[in-house]
Amino acid sequence: MDTTFEVEDRGLQYVGASRIEGPLVVVERIRDVGYDEVVEILDAAGHPRLGRVLDVSGNQAVIQVLEGTTGLSNKTLHTRFLGESFRVPVSRQMLGRVFDGLGRPADGGSPPLSADRRDVNGMPINPYARRYPREFIQTGLSAIDGMNALVRGQKLPVFSGNGLPHDRVSAQIIRQACLLEEEVKFSIVFAAMGVKHDVAEFFIRNLRDSGALSRAIMFFSLADAPSVERLLTPRVALTMAEYLAFDCGQHVLVLLTDMTNYCESLREVGTARGEIPGRKGYPGYLYSDLASIYERAGRIEGSPGSITQMAILTMPADDISHPVPDLTGYITEGQIVLDRDLFQRGIYPPIAGLPSLSRLMKDGVGKGYTRDDHPILASQLFACYAYVKRVRGLADVIGEGELSSLDRQYLEFGEAFETRFLKQDEYENRSIETTLNLGWDVLSTLPRDELHRVSDALLEKYYHESEGTPVHEAPPQGSVSG
Amino acid sequence: MTVTGTMESAATRISGPIVTASGMYAAQMYEVVQVGSLGLVGEVVRLVGDYATIQVYEDTTMLKPGAPVRCTGVPLSVWLGPGLVGNIYDGIQRPLPGIQASSGAWIRRGEKVDPLDTERRWTFEPLVRSGEVVTAGQAIGQVAETPLVNHLIMVPPDVSGTIQSIVDKGDYRLIDRLAVVETTMGMRDLTMVQQWPVRVPRPIRERLRITEPLITGQRIIDTFFPIGKGGAAAIPGGFGTGKTITQHQLAKWSNADIVVFIGCGERGNEMTEVLREFPELKDPRSGRPLMERTILIANTSNMPVAAREVSIYTGITLAEYYRDMGLSVAVFADSTSRWAEALRELAARLEEMPAEEGFPASLPTRLAQFYERGGTVTTLGGTQASVSIVGAVSPPGGDFSEPVTQHTRRFVRCFWALDTELANARHYPSIHWLHSYSEYVEDVGPWWKKEAPDWVDLRTEALTLLQREERLQQIVKLVGPDVLPDGQRLVLFIAEIMKDGFLAQSSFDENDMYCTPERQVALLRIILTLYHRGRDLIEGGVPLARIRSLGCVPQILRAKSAFSNTELEKLTELAQRITEETEALAKEFTKEAT
Repeated sequence: MDTTFEVEDRGLQYVGASRIEGPLVVVERIRDVGYDEVVEILDAAGHPRLGRVLDVSGNQAVIQVLEGTTGLSNKTLHTRFLGESFRVPVSRQMLGRVFDGLGRPADGGSPPLSADRRDVNGMPINPYARRYPREFIQTGLSAIDGMNALVRGQKLPVFSGNGLPHDRVSAQIIRQACLLEEEVKFSIVFAAMGVKHDVAEFFIRNLRDSGALSRAIMFFSLADAPSVERLLTPRVALTMAEYLAFDCGQHVLVLLTDMTNYCESLREVGTARGEIPGRKGYPGYLYSDLASIYERAGRIEGSPGSITQMAILTMPADDISHPVPDLTGYITEGQIVLDRDLFQRGIYPPIAGLPSLSRLMKDGVGKGYTRDDHPILASQLFACYAYVKRVRGLADVIGEGELSSLDRQYLEFGEAFETRFLKQDEYENRSIETTLNLGWDVLSTLPRDELHRVSDALLEKYYHESEGTPVHEAPPQGSVSG
Repeated sequence: MTVTGTMESAATRISGPIVTASGMYAAQMYEVVQVGSLGLVGEVVRLVGDYATIQVYEDTTMLKPGAPVRCTGVPLSVWLGPGLVGNIYDGIQRPLPGIQASSGAWIRRGEKVDPLDTERRWTFEPLVRSGEVVTAGQAIGQVAETPLVNHLIMVPPDVSGTIQSIVDKGDYRLIDRLAVVETTMGMRDLTMVQQWPVRVPRPIRERLRITEPLITGQRIIDTFFPIGKGGAAAIPGGFGTGKTITQHQLAKWSNADIVVFIGCGERGNEMTEVLREFPELKDPRSGRPLMERTILIANTSNMPVAAREVSIYTGITLAEYYRDMGLSVAVFADSTSRWAEALRELAARLEEMPAEEGFPASLPTRLAQFYERGGTVTTLGGTQASVSIVGAVSPPGGDFSEPVTQHTRRFVRCFWALDTELANARHYPSIHWLHSYSEYVEDVGPWWKKEAPDWVDLRTEALTLLQREERLQQIVKLVGPDVLPDGQRLVLFIAEIMKDGFLAQSSFDENDMYCTPERQVALLRIILTLYHRGRDLIEGGVPLARIRSLGCVPQILRAKSAFSNTELEKLTELAQRITEETEALAKEFTKEAT
């Protein structure tokens, strides 16, 4: 296999190792080796594998082998230190191509020619140099646009579970995401960590069908690739994204899937190194490590480009307090949570109403961005839907018949909210107008006095009695894109 | 300053942010060292014979064994002087605007920028004359740092003696000599800037009792769970419960003279938001931009973890310095859990034996040391001043039984528990009224009594009502609300009003975001008036439905945002209306009865 590393051969090779354990190799009697330096390890047959230095002292280096240690032997292994940290070439020509998890071509094409090679770890963005994300992205999904709006430069993960349609939802977002005024298409950087071949195939097909493949770069570290490789895949992808966004001025949408697999690789390496484990065996630095990925999103002064990040993760046993979703939620600017109950009731997209949240929504919606009523409408929908949950709990105990008439109206509202507002077709692209009008339609199934959060002026303008003829045409279906 | 490092000092092992170096026999604990050719800043955290373990504040990629290590002989210190206010620093007090000017949007390694502008001239006005005897902490002059901050230039804590000479009023640079003091140890030059090691609390004369609340303009805090000036509070909450927004609200509206906001291991965009918002927002008391009294420390989650550990100390040291001028300072740390995690990460790299959940056994001590740096004090200069500390806590999985939350609880006297369910219903601030507490109620009671004689009674009655509601809700969950008698359903009804019309407070609404103490009391009084009247009515046989449909009810719910802080008379009118409407209702029913 070709490597994309064209580092001058320093001619110094170390033969043999003192210890091989899991993904780690310990080489003795080394000199002039740096922390985090890239290593090439040759097995008995002379095939190279890439590795990284995790710990270096006077005469010993601990190396993490990215491509697995199967077949390596203490006696025959050759090590070459490449004199720099892990770098990948970046260029615009890489758009439309598919690479492996370490940034090497996986589509049969030639390695990208570029003199510009970047350290995959990047550098932290100076908070003072950040520009605050404000532009509303219309995803065409009411559950997101209406209640958890995404803005350009945000990092918003999708918390899902096995068997839930997170791939379909994110593919739909990639297809439909656009800004309101400008006709700017997002460039897409896609990183798959430990997902199955058919998932990769699904995304490639989807991008091709929607004509987005030519503005996408894909990095695949699939389920059968060595797990340690995954630790670099999101960094390789984000290095590329930073180049496109801040050097080329493009708007980049980065999709990382599945972050749970990434964290498991991290745990694997941590355990092999004999580190003290934190919660559920994950290393204590999981938060910092995840932050070094998620924080590589946003906008900066002096560049027109942006990086918007969507990380998909599957919550083991649908447990939102599991360390991976938990720490992710602490770093990202909100989360879209998929709900199994909704999905089982045939509601697509099954985006849970209450636990989903977009922290940056407040700055990207409302007057001058979407429509003046948007923030209040969202807040009122949340409040009413929260009450629906309580009423449903009560109805389970005492039966629907025993509920007060107001509570029964809330149940109707809940039903309308889920089946008319949340539910939509996989290829239905709703405009924000449609979404907001639909929101008022479902709110209007409740008595006007129940809408405490809405001012009289807005009620006057948008509230309409549900018994009579609705002001807006009954559920507008929006434009259906193919 | 003596340079203790020798040419033989060199790195021997590199493992992430932890570097071991040899030839360090003369190094001191917590001394600052520079590692490698880039001069990466680090701190000595362990000494074993000739070897020192160094915690490096910058990324160590490609650092090699054999790299030179240079000792500086001084512990990690901050610069204290005019120019701090309105600035934004990283965890080791490097100014982020300065870093941007030299390395662009990204933070390059080995950047060295002075914390304060040494070229800028400040107008210094002397307050003492030559020949006068000065003691530690005494002001020798003043500088108008911002229109809100009169910066006192003080005698450093280790100096006292007779002023030999002092300059006249005029414009001087930070490093210019302003005065010479003859001490028992010889002559000392005084400038506008002094340095202080961050891990050492600045000395005070004595600690005082807390008597005054820190008014935050947030109803649930000021009225229900007040924090005293000089007190310490914790805001624990799972993700998405609004810790940061609550912290921002407090930082904006607290009646402190100086606000130090420490973004410790949190999101970059949140700091950007503060930077964007604070210069535009006006302090409700002075009408000046909030940035003119704010200092920001930003060590975001993707910045080096060792610098995150120290950022807390950097922030609190700056706070103590302004306290020493006789000001009331509020420190907001978001989040102390990230700081504790940095401790854990570094301890693990040092191969320390872990205690609970991998945290080092010293965690409670470190937390206590941090929170104890707050307090109401008499400064060395003889004035009364305070540092209040509000720390956000991010418990994993929102579980308050984890070590950081539990240990923090031991050292704070005010606990604002954020609740996921409230946040999910978008009830903000999502501080739960039954899980939160404040031990400062007794301390600040007398202050409130002057403001509103019935404060204690109103507060107690409101909390009791909310407690009763919680118990009734348990029954409602089983049998539904309709079987309850009207008297109990009135409690549910009033509690609902209290939640929507008093406890929930919008941080975006012009009128609602900041609520003066007088208006807080007035609003609460109105709600409780409706409760008392309603109770009488129900005893008189009036059905609850009639009370619910009174015209004043929607008005009470919207009163918090309909009227501004200066329109207190509107609230009086509303109270009047409640009386009229309920009296009319009562009359109607007495007529029917007769």
